[in-house]
Amino acid sequence: MSAAAGADPMLPRPYRVAASRRETGDTVTLELVPVGGAAPGFAPDRFKPGQFNMLYAFGIGEVPISLSGDPADGGRVVHTVRAVGAVSRAIAQAGPGSVLGLRGPFGSAWPMAEAEGRDLLLIAGGLGLAPLRPAIYHALAHSEHYGRIAILYGSRGPAEILYRDELARWRQRSGVTVAVTVDHADAAWDGHVGVVPDLIRGVSFDPANSVAMICGPEVMFRFTARALLGAGVPAGRIHVSMERDMKCAVGLCGHCQFGADFICRDGAVLRYDRVAARLAVREV
Amino acid sequence: METLEHLLLGHPFLAGLDPALGRMLAGCARNLRLAPGDFLFREGVVADEFYLIREGRVVLELHVPGRAALAIATIGDGDIVGVSWLVAPQRWAFDARAAADTRVFGLDAGCLRDKCEADHHLGYEMMKRILPVMVRRMQAARQQLLDVYGHHPA
Repeated sequence: MSAAAGADPMLPRPYRVAASRRETGDTVTLELVPVGGAAPGFAPDRFKPGQFNMLYAFGIGEVPISLSGDPADGGRVVHTVRAVGAVSRAIAQAGPGSVLGLRGPFGSAWPMAEAEGRDLLLIAGGLGLAPLRPAIYHALAHSEHYGRIAILYGSRGPAEILYRDELARWRQRSGVTVAVTVDHADAAWDGHVGVVPDLIRGVSFDPANSVAMICGPEVMFRFTARALLGAGVPAGRIHVSMERDMKCAVGLCGHCQFGADFICRDGAVLRYDRVAARLAVREV
Repeated sequence: METLEHLLLGHPFLAGLDPALGRMLAGCARNLRLAPGDFLFREGVVADEFYLIREGRVVLELHVPGRAALAIATIGDGDIVGVSWLVAPQRWAFDARAAADTRVFGLDAGCLRDKCEADHHLGYEMMKRILPVMVRRMQAARQQLLDVYGHHPA
C-alpha cells in the first residue's frame, strides 16, 4: 500500500471528470480533478509509474484502474478505462462534470531508477500500454539516464491501437525505437502483423545490460518474457504488471492473492523471476 | 566486391554455417529486389524457391472472396519466407507481397533439395535452422488465435 500518509486508504474522495477523450471504440481516457480542491494528505496525482487508483462509480461499484498520465504533470489524475463490465462501463461513460469516487495511489512501481544506465525495453499489449505510459513519459523525459529505449506494442487490430498520435510522436525521438504490431489485419494495414514477442528480434539492445517492463494480458507477457530470456535478458531484470481481482487495494481482503503475494500490495509490478514459477501453475 | 557466397553466409539464418556448405548453397542462389506491392509468390503456384530476406518486409496474405486480403504475418530483415518448397505437394499456401523495398536471396528449391539429399550434413544444417523458425511461427499463430486482447468474460 502506498496511498498518501494520513489519509484513510479505504475512503474514496470525490473527483470530477474534467475531460474525456475517446481512444478506441470501447476505451476512453479521463482527466479527473478533486471536487473542492485536493484534500489534505491525499495526492493521487503524485504517483509513481505503474501504480493504480480505485475508481468508484457511485451505486455501482469500484475497480482498480492504472494511472496512465504523466507522473510529472501534477494536479490532474489521468486514467484510461476500457468498458468491459458494469463498473468500468459506468466509469467510461462518465462525461465531463460527472463525479467519481477515487482512492489511491496503490501498489508497486516500475523500477525506473534501477533501469538507469541500461537499455530499456517497454513492452505492452492491448490496454497494457496505459499502465506503461507513465514509465514511457518518465523515460523520455529523462532519456539521458537510459541507453537505447524501445517501445514495443501489440494490439488486436489497427482500430484498437491506443495512443496512436503519441506512438507516432515517440517514434520521432532520437534513440527511441517504436514498433507496433497487430494480431489481425487486412491488406489495407501497412504495419506489422504478428505477436509482440516477434518484435523483440527487430530491436537493437544489449540483452545483458537491459531492463524490460512488460504490461498486457498474462498470456502475452508470459510469451514475451520467454522471448526475452531466450534473447539473453536476465530474469531478474524483467518486470511484469500482474492483474488479479483487486478489491480492498491494501492487502487485507485477499481477493488478489497470488501465492505468497497480494497483487494490490506487493504488485501490480513484480519481478518476473519472483512470479515465473507460479505463472505456470493454473491452480494459483 | 563481395561475392554472393560471402553475402549469403552473412545472412542471420545461415550464421555459423560451414563455409564449404555455404559454397554449395551459393550455387543455388540469386539476388532479388522487390518494390512495395510486388508479389514474391502467390498461393497455389509451384513452390520452386526458398527466400532469405536481407532487408525489407514481406507480408503473408490470404485472399478471401468478397473481402480485403487478410494479413497473416509480417516477415522482416534476417528472416526466411516459405517452406512449402520442402513439403509435398510443394505449392505455396499463401500469397507473399512486399510491403516495402525488399531485397532477398532466392535459393532454387530443386537445386537445394538435390544438394540436401546428396549431402545429409547440409540437409541437417538446413533442418536445424528451419525447424526453430517453424516452431516460433506456430507458437505465434497460436497466440494470435487466442485473441488475448479481446474481452473474455470469466
